[in-house]
Amino acid sequence: MSLSTHNLSVGYHDKAIVKQVDLTIPEGKIIALLGPNGCGKSTLLKAMARILSPMEGQVHWQGKNLHGIASKKLAQQLALLPQTQPIPEGIKVKDLVAYGRSPYTGFWGRINKDDQVIIDKMMEETGITELADQLVSELSGGQRQRVWLAMTLAQDTPYLLLDEPTTYMDLSHQVELMHLLRKLNLQGKTIITVLHDINQAARYCDHLIVMKQGEIITQGSPESVLTQKLLKKVFSLDAQIHQDPIAKTPMCVVE
Amino acid sequence: MATRSLPILLLALLGLLIANLMFGAVSIPFKSILEGFQVGNANYFTVHEYRFPRTILAMLVGAMMALAGALVQGVIRNPLASPDVLGVSHGAGLAAVFYMTFFPDADIRWLPAVALIGSLIAALMLWWLCGQHSSTIKLAITGVALAALYASCIDFLMLVKPLEINNALLWLTGSLWGRGWNQLSMLLPWLLLIPFALWLAKPLNLIHLGDDSAISLGIKANKLRLASLAIAVGLTASCVAICGPIGFLGLVAPHLTRKLVGGRHQILLPSTMLVGAILLLLADLVARTIDPPIELPAGIMTAIIGAPYFLWLLLRTK
Repeated sequence: MSLSTHNLSVGYHDKAIVKQVDLTIPEGKIIALLGPNGCGKSTLLKAMARILSPMEGQVHWQGKNLHGIASKKLAQQLALLPQTQPIPEGIKVKDLVAYGRSPYTGFWGRINKDDQVIIDKMMEETGITELADQLVSELSGGQRQRVWLAMTLAQDTPYLLLDEPTTYMDLSHQVELMHLLRKLNLQGKTIITVLHDINQAARYCDHLIVMKQGEIITQGSPESVLTQKLLKKVFSLDAQIHQDPIAKTPMCVVE
Repeated sequence: MATRSLPILLLALLGLLIANLMFGAVSIPFKSILEGFQVGNANYFTVHEYRFPRTILAMLVGAMMALAGALVQGVIRNPLASPDVLGVSHGAGLAAVFYMTFFPDADIRWLPAVALIGSLIAALMLWWLCGQHSSTIKLAITGVALAALYASCIDFLMLVKPLEINNALLWLTGSLWGRGWNQLSMLLPWLLLIPFALWLAKPLNLIHLGDDSAISLGIKANKLRLASLAIAVGLTASCVAICGPIGFLGLVAPHLTRKLVGGRHQILLPSTMLVGAILLLLADLVARTIDPPIELPAGIMTAIIGAPYFLWLLLRTK
């Protein structure tokens, strides 16, 4: 059990957003964090990525307190794609993706052959190879999102934490991304992602964790989690559950 | 971009170094300059005692102020930030004027230390007012307000102590006038900060991506911010102690350099030092040759270029 939280409370300005959460992330799966706005799903993700320090309790990586592990070493284990990114000035796409190799490079950040192979591969997987020499500041929102994803993937970690990675992407790129995540998952990566779209989560993820007001309401496979009652309780939504005619996964249709 | 810009910058630097040795109240032909380094030569005093140390000083101060600006802009992620905008230069200035007016007989060699204390207090004041997690705009506006406060304190001191005003006034506009070997030797130990600044190039690249990504990539964001600002304060204070607050150099040089060579700090930091050196050499050359033998302070020249540039940046960032 690699990533777990123990009685974890975390938030901003002394106000707990996530409240006393005990959670063990199932290894080797694609896990979606779901819940209404402000439920604490992003905050929980940030705490697991050690961006936020716990107010109470701990996050454990392989049984050890996350904040006690050397930061460079941890950066080779956990990678985070934040929800919003600043637009760096004067940085080319290939440079930004190369920054993902930082946990492995020396003090001057020199890239060796192995690093370059990984960088090229991730740029190809995310479909940004032809953007390599463009400035990041000149890209569209969706292109930029894919460049940052490539950077995060270049970090080459067994665990991947994504905060609403499909935002700003058009539908075809969203589907591509979810397929890419499955491909990476089949290579052995555990992927934890915050998602807005319940149907997307049910279709492409193995394990759903549903939160409301800083607490975990339920978790499990999409079939066991997605019920009419839950949608009413968590999202205040009157909806029916049907089977997706193609993927055979559960799907909610709003009444 | 970088590979094309670097040789041009180096050539410009070399040209300006020679021009600064050649031109002034009297012009010395190029071939007489080398002879001027020999003791006993007719030009020995002008070249070796006067122009050479001043030229080297302008180069170093320009490079250090630009580097300080790049460090501050790097960690604050705001093109409007620089040591002078954040009030650090004026803090150093206030401490130095206080020292000069109240202890007119004191040893001038303590001036860098006094300026350093002043700029440290100014930096801590800013930190204390804004806190760790404040927005960059808040930081910049607070810094500008503090700089104005320090500037008015300087004016007050000079009105109260009019006898010592001349020295302070000359020093305050940011001038290289009368600076020579003594000042150069005072500055030399501070050059040790430069390798430490270059050592931060890699983490500075990552903090550029936002704190969340930087931390996820293994950077200790707050420690890096503290280290960068501390080095920037040290660089600024040592320069201000010797030449006074030469305005806008720390703002303009890194910004121009980013346009020339891009945002990777491994290239940006060394290049911005070149650009800073070039700008100050140019400013001092113009200031000395525009109406000889009268000299304008180099700080006025940098302000003439820098102030409109700052306004343009401000308008552009809405």
